[in-house]
Amino acid sequence: MKNTHLYNYILTIADNSLILGQRMGELCGHGPSLETDIACTNISLDLLGQVRSYYQYAAKIAGDGRTEDDIAMLRTEREYVNVLLVEQPNTDFAYTLARHFLFDVYHFLYLTELEKSKDLTLAAIATKSLKEVSYHQRFTTDWVKRLGDGTEESNQRMQAAIDGLWMYTDEFFHPTPAEIAMAEEGIGVDIMKLRSQYYETVNEVLEEATLKVPESKYFHKGGKQGIHSEHMGFLLAELQYMQRAYPNMDW
Amino acid sequence: MDFSRCLTSSKVFKSLGVFKKIEMTLTDKPNIQDHLYPILESVPDPEIPVFSLLDLGVIRDAVEVDGIVYIKMIPTYSGCPATDVMSDDIKSAFAKEGKTAKVELILSPAWTTDWISEEGLIKLEEYGIARPLSESHDKAALLGGQKLVKCPQCGSTQTHLVSQFGSTPCKALFKCDDCHEPFDYFKCLK
Repeated sequence: MKNTHLYNYILTIADNSLILGQRMGELCGHGPSLETDIACTNISLDLLGQVRSYYQYAAKIAGDGRTEDDIAMLRTEREYVNVLLVEQPNTDFAYTLARHFLFDVYHFLYLTELEKSKDLTLAAIATKSLKEVSYHQRFTTDWVKRLGDGTEESNQRMQAAIDGLWMYTDEFFHPTPAEIAMAEEGIGVDIMKLRSQYYETVNEVLEEATLKVPESKYFHKGGKQGIHSEHMGFLLAELQYMQRAYPNMDW
Repeated sequence: MDFSRCLTSSKVFKSLGVFKKIEMTLTDKPNIQDHLYPILESVPDPEIPVFSLLDLGVIRDAVEVDGIVYIKMIPTYSGCPATDVMSDDIKSAFAKEGKTAKVELILSPAWTTDWISEEGLIKLEEYGIARPLSESHDKAALLGGQKLVKCPQCGSTQTHLVSQFGSTPCKALFKCDDCHEPFDYFKCLK
């Protein structure tokens, strides 16, 4: 493959949305109320729609006959390069929404930069996605505030969610070789520059939600190198079931 | 998987030398040949059957070259499942007229609710879906709880948001405080 860096770079963007989209899709029929159920599955649909564009592009770059489905469905666990945050399981609603909020703030900042990419396909996908992601961010921000500044119990649950997920937030800002190479070429986003704005935005929301900003400086990483938490295997088993059971099936 | 097909059509456009012209007109008004309008007007939106795909503004190009109609379509939302149906519906509408249509999905420029025709907006309201507000009013209604969305049933603006996300990715769910009817609001996308 000539453009190995570009191919790997596309996956670092797409895998986050694929895995988070799968997690949100799990809520289909299980949301705490009809409206939130529909909202979460709509968000899932947006993310999965966005990854189709990325994987189609990755398949074109790979040029080895693989399709978008092959790339999305038929890699092994170590070949997925999503951050650990997005693969964390749905526990309670506070945790599910806090996870999404912590991703949305990053996703929005990221796409705002990717829109300026010299790669016109990535810029076009970013422009399109940004419109959708701004709705996601509004939705999850709203819920962090409502639960944080809600009842005693909702506040405790949201605080526990933020405390539990905090250690996964810094991984975003550790670039892979592909991210470094693409940023240098003006194709990718210089993610290290997003860190201060990210925490500024997150902290503002937490403060408004009457939540405490966690003080721990210990952060997990490894997802971007393909070293995932134990939850990833279970997630992939479900995600890939149909393609594994019925190879090459199509709807 | 429409990728192979769109590559092919790009190649054909290029070899015919019309590719450049089409690219240039994309950001402007849709480039649709007059004789193709009646057929395209007959293809309804799969989710909102009262208006056509032309009213929705997703058809950006329709050009017939040597008996084959090349169409460029922009999805409304990335994950909208109606996109594939739209593409199939266009092909079968042309097939009925004895024409072969090739539909290519394009990503840029991104679709906006500004591209819905005025006629389309009227049909939308008659169908019971509130039309998109301006960007700032949309934010105020969805986030600030301001009463700006007009109930398509009774015309009152005494309405409140039930859910930011509705039955399809493009809509939010509202309820009227006067006639108490729930209704969909077509979200502003810019």
